[in-house]
Amino acid sequence: MSREMICINCPMGCRLTVDDADKSNIKVAGNTCPRGVTYAVNEITAPKRMVTGSVKVVGGNIPMVSVKTREAIPKELIFDSLEILKKVTLTAPVHIGDVVVADVCGCGVDFIATKKVDSVSR
Amino acid sequence: MIKVNLVIVGGGPAGLAAAKSAYDAGERDILILEREAELGGILNQCIHNGFGLHTFKEELTGPEYAARYVDEVTKRNITYKLNATVIDVSCDKTVTYVSAEDGLVQVQAKAIILSCGCRERPRGAINIAGMRGAGVFSAGTAQKLVNIDGYLPGKEVVILGSGDIGLIMARRMTFEGAHVSAVVELMPYSSGLNRNIVQCLNDFGIPLYFSHTVVDIKGRDRVEGVVIAQVDDKLQPIKETERLIACDTLLLSVGLLPENELAKNAEVQLSPTTGGAVVDENLMTNVDGVFECGNVLHVHDLVDFVSAESENAGKCAVDYINGAAPCRDKTVISCTNGVRYCVPTVLNRDETYAPQSFKMRVANVFKKVELAVFADGVKVFGRKRPVVAPGEMENIMLTAEQMKTLKQAKTVEITLIKGEQQ
Repeated sequence: MSREMICINCPMGCRLTVDDADKSNIKVAGNTCPRGVTYAVNEITAPKRMVTGSVKVVGGNIPMVSVKTREAIPKELIFDSLEILKKVTLTAPVHIGDVVVADVCGCGVDFIATKKVDSVSR
Repeated sequence: MIKVNLVIVGGGPAGLAAAKSAYDAGERDILILEREAELGGILNQCIHNGFGLHTFKEELTGPEYAARYVDEVTKRNITYKLNATVIDVSCDKTVTYVSAEDGLVQVQAKAIILSCGCRERPRGAINIAGMRGAGVFSAGTAQKLVNIDGYLPGKEVVILGSGDIGLIMARRMTFEGAHVSAVVELMPYSSGLNRNIVQCLNDFGIPLYFSHTVVDIKGRDRVEGVVIAQVDDKLQPIKETERLIACDTLLLSVGLLPENELAKNAEVQLSPTTGGAVVDENLMTNVDGVFECGNVLHVHDLVDFVSAESENAGKCAVDYINGAAPCRDKTVISCTNGVRYCVPTVLNRDETYAPQSFKMRVANVFKKVELAVFADGVKVFGRKRPVVAPGEMENIMLTAEQMKTLKQAKTVEITLIKGEQQ
């Protein structure tokens, strides 16, 4: 079966035509770069998404710090991962790349901070 | 009065990139004036990923992209002022700012780069009837409340406009526990990126209604619902299609407008199409030594393009400070047959022939067209495109040789050649 899909890897949003009649040999056309093929195959076999959010931070110059999954995680874990984030409170200072939640939902990917927060003495 | 060679108004992605390249072009006397408490501009609240594929060859979040440029600026020891709001720029290049720390300060600059970004089109500009209950926010305001301040502005949400911020906020509100019942788009197409329709709406089953608009807002103290209706091909609501959607929040993602109040004070000539300045290929306005770059000039799709444009502005501002004489003889580029605007807006009829990029938007969705550049009626450049859309900026690069032809021509036209005309 052939289906249309839009690659979400980058803002170009290539329109892919994917033939997944043979699941072990999925054919992809319309991609501009190799990431399109990986995306299409993942989308059919095990879709993944980057998850970004923000968590509370105490003792810092700002009240929230932004975070992201270091890489895309299985799509079905999005809301479970967000539930975990809601329970997290960090203490400043925070640096870009600091691990906020290790091994999110056992999928082997960490949530990391994407913004620096300086500590302020009060 | 303080004297500074180069004053940069706005420390967002445009201002930071302009400062970096001005420094690298040899200028050391630079001052960035930033209104907020930190550098980085709007990127600080754009916590989603997707920034930097062109500039850094990797996918960053907004704060990470900003941090890269803030590092470049601090590494070079470029001076910046935070919490400093510029209240006036005059055509003699005096910049006036206020801050709690410094009071009111006047700075005499040799060159000024305006990199103060854009603003969201507000409710008042789109004339939606209805009550004035709490719960109507611009999408960017909601983004700031959620991502920076940590507040959720509502739980049952309708979004008007399918621009990228609206789409991103549909997902963001969903992530934070709100329910987004619909995204309503006046046009028959989205001005947002396709990837955002997929990953922000389709992933969560949020419906997108094209050719629909909000015609009434219900609720006296707090929004209680919005009435949406389909529109006809003249974009007029069709009465029979009206229906009420219960909600407590309406987010508006209905367009961005370059913020040029300061430019007007400085007598900078503005383009009625973009709302930004009329600039030449050096990004200089009609006022000698006053430059524009980034979203204050025209609204970009990608921050990567803002950075590239602004680095060019920084370099050109330094050339001006170092004595490059402005050219008085200019050709206005005419945009025709569906090309809405082009930046640069004018070309200097001088003898500098360097490779030059032209950025433009089209007025509608067109299929199978050729984007073409003509000099004195002769085609200098053409590129076939399967589809062009208003939401996607087109970017073409001309060679030094092609620029020579353009600069020597009496008329320069950028146009779309459609269908059988090709």
